[in-house]
Amino acid sequence: MSDFKQGDSLPELRVTPDAGLTKRYAEASGDPNPIHTDPEFAKSVGLPGIILHGLYSMAQVARAHTEAGGGDPRALKRLSVQFRGMGFPEQEIVVTTTVKEARDGRLVTDTVAAQGDNRIIRNAEAELELDEAR
Amino acid sequence: MAVKTEAIGKEWPPASFEVEAARIDQYASAVGEDNPIYHDTEAAKAAGFRDLVAPPMFCVVYSAPALGPAILDPEVGINIPVMVHGGQEFQWGEPVCAGDLITTTATCKEIYEQDGRGFYVFESVSTNQEGEETVRGIWTDIVRGV
Repeated sequence: MSDFKQGDSLPELRVTPDAGLTKRYAEASGDPNPIHTDPEFAKSVGLPGIILHGLYSMAQVARAHTEAGGGDPRALKRLSVQFRGMGFPEQEIVVTTTVKEARDGRLVTDTVAAQGDNRIIRNAEAELELDEAR
Repeated sequence: MAVKTEAIGKEWPPASFEVEAARIDQYASAVGEDNPIYHDTEAAKAAGFRDLVAPPMFCVVYSAPALGPAILDPEVGINIPVMVHGGQEFQWGEPVCAGDLITTTATCKEIYEQDGRGFYVFESVSTNQEGEETVRGIWTDIVRGV
């Protein structure tokens, strides 16, 4: 784990949210906004259809980091993201992470989460503390 | 029409959340966290946690009761149907486990207008029953056409 150095990539994370995901996420997170679960409502406010919860996509960025950190939730110290493009169910999300800084077991990373060419999260910055530093 | 800025600095009453193992398990399943420490109490204890442990982003679940009233507050004046979540930052402290009682306080940090959009920035601070900070969040909501 201490092998990561500046310019390296963390393991890529790929996940395809299925058609029922947004309903399960809405229940699990307590976010009832119908733009994520009701296609007719989503269209009525000008969206092409239901969209993913931004915080679901952020959770995929977080997961890419804790998995790279050996599966320990304590490894992730900070995560900051900007939500830009809309994410959609039934399209694969690819989370790509680059190490910007590596020092004494602490990494600062830059992450993009994209569906095809549509970058749904960009300018994500995280701080990851690896086992050796704790 | 311009944004109202009177609510800058406003703090809402703390809101508490009792962390149940079933909520951690449900949340972890929804976001694809299949590590057994999020689903099996024995696995979590074997990994050194007090009880079933929550993935970091579970903070959105226990912070929600404090953020809801802030975002919906008429004094803030967010036009909810056209609001989008623009950005989010979390800084984590103590891990959260089943059985914890988490108390979160939300504050309005900034309200401003840029390029015809309203930016509403809230901070949340969450602590556990021992008074230890579990997460600090910065939530940025954007409203078009203010």
